[in-house]
Amino acid sequence: MITSNRMQESGVWTAARSRHRVDLTRIVSFILLVIITLIMLMPLAFMVTTSFKSQRETMQYPPTLFPESLQFSNYTEIFSRLQFGTMYQNSLMIAVITVLATLLSSSLVAYGFARFRGKGRNLMFMLLLSTMMLPYPAIMIPQFVLFSKLGWVDTFLPLIVPAFFGSAYNIFLLRQFFANLPEELFDAGRMDGCTEIGMYWKIALPLSGAAMATIAIFSFIYSWNDLLTPVLYLNSADKFTLPVGMASLTSSKFRVAPWHLLMVASVLALLPIVVLFILAQKRFVEGIVLTGIK
Amino acid sequence: MLTREMRRETLLMYAFISPWVIGFVVFALFPILASLYYSFTDYDIIHSPQWIGLGNYKEMFADDLYWNSVMVTLKYTFISVPLQLLLAMGFALLLNQKLPFKGFFRTAMYFPSMVSGVAMSLLWYWVFNPQIGLFNYMLSWFGVKGPAWLMDPNTALYSLIIMSFWGVGGAMIIFLAGLQGVPTSLLEAARLDGAGRLSIFWHVTLPMISPVLLFQLILGVIESFQVFTQAFVMTHGGPNYSTWFYVYGLYTSAFKEYRAGYSSAMAWVLLIVVLIVTYIIMKLSNRYVYYEGGKSR
Repeated sequence: MITSNRMQESGVWTAARSRHRVDLTRIVSFILLVIITLIMLMPLAFMVTTSFKSQRETMQYPPTLFPESLQFSNYTEIFSRLQFGTMYQNSLMIAVITVLATLLSSSLVAYGFARFRGKGRNLMFMLLLSTMMLPYPAIMIPQFVLFSKLGWVDTFLPLIVPAFFGSAYNIFLLRQFFANLPEELFDAGRMDGCTEIGMYWKIALPLSGAAMATIAIFSFIYSWNDLLTPVLYLNSADKFTLPVGMASLTSSKFRVAPWHLLMVASVLALLPIVVLFILAQKRFVEGIVLTGIK
Repeated sequence: MLTREMRRETLLMYAFISPWVIGFVVFALFPILASLYYSFTDYDIIHSPQWIGLGNYKEMFADDLYWNSVMVTLKYTFISVPLQLLLAMGFALLLNQKLPFKGFFRTAMYFPSMVSGVAMSLLWYWVFNPQIGLFNYMLSWFGVKGPAWLMDPNTALYSLIIMSFWGVGGAMIIFLAGLQGVPTSLLEAARLDGAGRLSIFWHVTLPMISPVLLFQLILGVIESFQVFTQAFVMTHGGPNYSTWFYVYGLYTSAFKEYRAGYSSAMAWVLLIVVLIVTYIIMKLSNRYVYYEGGKSR
């Protein structure tokens, strides 16, 4: 009786103590998260507000979070100082075509790997996986030679055409996805007289919306942010993509860095990504969980 | 002997994968072999390549600037990648609890990792400005007088390492997904056996998510071997070559100095190093990484 009582008591005590401890961990975690989030968001907040400051105010120390007066003219100045509108268009066009091409080619190839047990499939798949680790800088010189022999230098073709041949990582992800689709669906499709290409288009693609959306978003961001490839291929200013044009803002031709313009450019460059992020936020996290892409 | 069915499957498979096969030959296999050939030549992209044997490699291995780029890149990798993974894991563990505003925290911490590329470099170019930047201003709250960051050869590389922490949200989200994939029954069982939080993390959670960790490690290393944008936009490889990253050097010698043969030698060394590093990480991981189903690869 006494022992059981004591056991009960000590049990209650441990429970209370552990609840107390759990609460403490959660409180500390919460505070830590608040601090981390503040640190992460601070540069972004300053980026937005600095984009509205006058050039004189951007040079002041200490930096102020809120501008004295909002200089909306910064946002028109960037379009006249750089060929910002043209660059924006170029980047947008290249990114959209790249995304569509990547989705189409990668899903076709993934379907081939997922649905057919052809001869040499494992070897082909190993080759595919090995190209995932291939660093672009290791192959960019011969690619440059190839594209310049084709007369593609200073055109968008070197930035777009490779996307039509699938990208290893996306093929890999979609293959996993297609391979997990229930076989019954395809049996039913075959019964209805569907061709393989028909089943790819009518069964596999419609069912892989989340995976395709994730791939679309990440290939958009990749193309939108890419600097090395356009730096190699684009020479004339009216062909520049946004990253190439923006990179020129830090060059030494500016005696004083035009901070307000730097920030305007960054804000505008982020805009499509923010829009994508807001539109697809739920899909985003789902897709990441699903596919494991960063 | 191929059965009819087998022949059909093979034909269909190659029909579907043909875009990739062509792409592989044209955009990967041919460039790899061509750059191996170029690496043994004197080549300026305009005139035809002249065979010089091991000349480029000899020159490269005797070049201080080359070794400097190797050291810069290795230093960056060895410091930034482990710390990034550690931070990402820490953040993921913090978020993997029942907390108010969890969704907001997750979004806010993830978003900066989307801001890669030139926009991020421009933003941090300002953050690190010694006179008017945010960083030294914040340090001044604690009475610390910050260094010149990107303008000081002693701190420029560390500035870029600090900046890389801003992008840990990507790995964090993946770790979070991994953590949420750990079966509750397993954690429950460990708790019933009287295991503490730390020991549950060490003996259950960590082994369960080790494949994700390994994958992120490989990606992180390969990525940091290829740092280019930051050097191109923020530092131009300086000051005093302190941020002269490998790929920045490769780009400069090929497309600014028109020494494509020499650059191809650099490219081939990079390729081999990436292969070796990946191999070593995979080998090491056989010992530590747990794959569900008990079969370690």
